[in-house]
Amino acid sequence: MIWLIERNTMKGPALIPSRAESFFNEIGDISYFALRFFREVFTRPFEFRELLRQCYNMGNRSLLLVGVTGFILGLVFTLQSRPTLMEFGAESWMPSMVSISIVREIGPVIIALICAGRIGSGIGAELGSMRVTEQIDAMEVSGTNPFKYLVVTRIVATTLMLPLLIVFGDTVALFGSALVENLKGEVSFTLYFNEVFDALKYSDIIPATIKSFFFGFAIGLVGCYKGYFCSKGTVGVGEASNAAVVYTSMLLFIIDFIAVFVTDIFFEVQ
Amino acid sequence: MTDAIDIKPILELRALIKSFGDNHVLKGFNLQLFEGENLVVMGKSGSGKSVMIKCLVGLMEADEGVIRIKGQDITILGQVELDILRTEIGFLFQGSALYDSMTVRENLEFPLRRHKTKLKITESNEELVLEALENVGLADAIDLMPAELSGGMKRRVALARALILKPAIILYDEPTTGLDPITSKEIINLMRTIQKKYKTSSLIITHDVDCARVIADRIILLVDGINYIEGTYQKLIQSEDPKVKAFFKT
Repeated sequence: MIWLIERNTMKGPALIPSRAESFFNEIGDISYFALRFFREVFTRPFEFRELLRQCYNMGNRSLLLVGVTGFILGLVFTLQSRPTLMEFGAESWMPSMVSISIVREIGPVIIALICAGRIGSGIGAELGSMRVTEQIDAMEVSGTNPFKYLVVTRIVATTLMLPLLIVFGDTVALFGSALVENLKGEVSFTLYFNEVFDALKYSDIIPATIKSFFFGFAIGLVGCYKGYFCSKGTVGVGEASNAAVVYTSMLLFIIDFIAVFVTDIFFEVQ
Repeated sequence: MTDAIDIKPILELRALIKSFGDNHVLKGFNLQLFEGENLVVMGKSGSGKSVMIKCLVGLMEADEGVIRIKGQDITILGQVELDILRTEIGFLFQGSALYDSMTVRENLEFPLRRHKTKLKITESNEELVLEALENVGLADAIDLMPAELSGGMKRRVALARALILKPAIILYDEPTTGLDPITSKEIINLMRTIQKKYKTSSLIITHDVDCARVIADRIILLVDGINYIEGTYQKLIQSEDPKVKAFFKT
């Protein structure tokens, strides 16, 4: 306990390798950062103007990237699965198989990873450069709480925007899949989407949507944390941006892993 | 400064101590800034000048010591009270620290949007922004982005932003560093003009002897974490102390 409290002033026990020590330090720091977010998100003043600006930057400006990724995902997934299903004479299962896979798992994970690259690294680099050029200090000196203005707004924006981007990406992916089926299997769009809506249940959509809120939160949290505590000049900005993507990607898979277990308990996946 | 002894200081540091591990940067630094005064703190690079000024505005926490601004001890103030007190202080950062995602207008409006109502300022944002930019001779740059400005222009805009709430105290952290001699002179003249116009008290952190000569009413030399010597420019250049001589003769 003493080691935890006084870790800034003394070195950890020799038995604990320094890498492990810094790993646990980082976990502690990021947990405290998250705690501070929850403490400040519900207190005044609310920075609605900045929140809307961030939602626009993160949501609207990611639409093209997410749309293209989703479309190619649906297209490629259907093209690759078709021959195997045809071998078993099960091509009629294509809409249900693709929709369940995309909505439940592949769509949220792939789109969250894409957003970790675009949004997470952007936040890390932006806040990092603001830190090294003293813009965050200038904000604090002018009587504005920079954590609330910069961090809270960005984390809330990613948490709100990611589910919307995922719904959009999933929809475009299903269109990509429907296009392949229409061109190769002569299945009409109406029939394809009737099959899709027949196959999808609330137990597919709800857990995936809840999971995507956590994905968004993780992207915002890690990006902000890395950028806000960036140091070492321009090198530090690059490191913050890079670390934001790497850490977020790992965290997304961990959240996904936990989400599958929780979904299994509450929604009895068969 | 004999007259100032009877006047209450607007800003006061007493026995300020700040260390980073084994590196003891400030070892009991004292300072008093009086109303309408231009006080210059000089010292070589790494002597702790910037640490001192950051402790003063609460960007860093001092290990020990008293920091009083307008009679209020900032070390015991809550966040809300501290933010209100900070509206009385303008801060010019060494690297200007303009928000690079905002235009010059938005940079200047930023403190206004937050504090205008609290400070009961009746003029419109547009009027205040234009007035501040005219003071620094950059009214034409109102819609430019910081990336489109030269180093000297950035410093002027930063000064306009520091002035926008008409603070009682202005803190300058190395105001002429990184500027050519002509632009440095322009910035120094601007600082004097502003001080006369708004009757502000200024604390200037610098290692620029020319800047200190022109602007200082009083100079404190920060050496080894303490106020080594204090006095007017004339007094300090006549000093026979080797440390003082080394500083002013370079």
